[in-house]
Amino acid sequence: MVNKYMERLYNGLVKENPTFVLMLGMCPTLAVTTSAINGVGMGLSTTVVLVLSNMLISMLRKIIPNSVRVPAFIVVVASFVTIVQFLMEGFVPSLYDSLGIYIPLIVVNCIILGRAESYASKNPVVLSIMDGIGMGLGFTVGLTAIGFVRELIGAGTVFGFRVMPEAYEPLTIFILAPGAFFVLAALTALQNVFKNRAKTKGAAVNGAGAECAGGTGCESCASRETCGGKMVFSGMTEQEKGGEAK
Amino acid sequence: MKELLLIAIGSALVNNVVLSQFLGICPFLGVSKNVKTAAGMGGAVVFVITIASFVASVIYKFILVPTGFEYLQTIVFILVIAALVQFVEMFLKKAMPPLYNALGVYLPLITTNCAVLGVALTNVQKSYGILESVVNGIAVAVGFLVAIVLMAGIREKTEHNDIPKAFQGTPIVLVTAGLMAIAFFGFSGLI
Repeated sequence: MVNKYMERLYNGLVKENPTFVLMLGMCPTLAVTTSAINGVGMGLSTTVVLVLSNMLISMLRKIIPNSVRVPAFIVVVASFVTIVQFLMEGFVPSLYDSLGIYIPLIVVNCIILGRAESYASKNPVVLSIMDGIGMGLGFTVGLTAIGFVRELIGAGTVFGFRVMPEAYEPLTIFILAPGAFFVLAALTALQNVFKNRAKTKGAAVNGAGAECAGGTGCESCASRETCGGKMVFSGMTEQEKGGEAK
Repeated sequence: MKELLLIAIGSALVNNVVLSQFLGICPFLGVSKNVKTAAGMGGAVVFVITIASFVASVIYKFILVPTGFEYLQTIVFILVIAALVQFVEMFLKKAMPPLYNALGVYLPLITTNCAVLGVALTNVQKSYGILESVVNGIAVAVGFLVAIVLMAGIREKTEHNDIPKAFQGTPIVLVTAGLMAIAFFGFSGLI
């Protein structure tokens, strides 16, 4: 009985970690991770919204008609985001200022709608809450890890405390925009190393497989098979098709 | 006039929506495999953002502010955007089938493109009027178009390069994006 709930937590934190495995919610991941504390703040506020919306959507899953479920989910999520936004403005104004526009943008975070659609709308309340906690904490861990690396290299501090020796000259680029891309690239590459080691399958994994495993956001493999692939192909010139075939 | 120009350059180049604000990363990484589809996606985004920033600022100014419901902006904007995208999709299907076929799959994805909601919210935050909002919207969207087309061009070139195994796929795209972001820093001297 307990295992089923624990499995949800494990699933969110490790197996389907939203940041490193599913590559969902990339916008806040890159934007707010200039420091570890911002990562924690963003991760936890997303977690709160995720847990609450999972709970409510799971409760309403038999009432919401199937045809209008996505707008209904969006309204639920947007309401909770507005509440969280007010609470943060009132109680943690400094964090509210540093996260800025990315708090209302939690609404369009793919993780939340994704979990509502693929999990909470089909499963009982308690399991959905556990799923929300697992996914949310997985996201928090991901953001904190990226924020940690960026803050350490870019400012020489961790959670605001100086850890690097005085002589260390911080590489400011890492807390600026390009650094976000570089750190995420390095972390994903690192993950690919482990993945390649785990299954050395050869050619199939390198081509389409690697792209799928890396998961390019909304355009991950599932949708590419059904619609994107065809479209991409029809939009190509003959020469490109040849290149693709090779 | 001068302010509008400043807003346009600032939003399109200096504070590029993808490379310095990190909005719309999903399509930027997902739909940048070749120039044609990237341009299609960029075009769809220009279209939707322009209309959305106009509609959102009209609703904000004439409905939310007079009634004192400003705090509902997030909910209202996202619903407006979702409805708008649906409407644009239906309109294109009827009126311009070739364009619909080219953009088809990507139109629904635009609802969750945070750039659209981001622009609507930024317009309110910076208390832009309706004209300024539309100009800002177009500029942001053009910035997105430029970034995604450039990215697709680079990806087409690097596709057959000898990239280290671990960096194949997403990582090399992210590295490219990082380098592009550095290049876009060059624009910060413009204003």
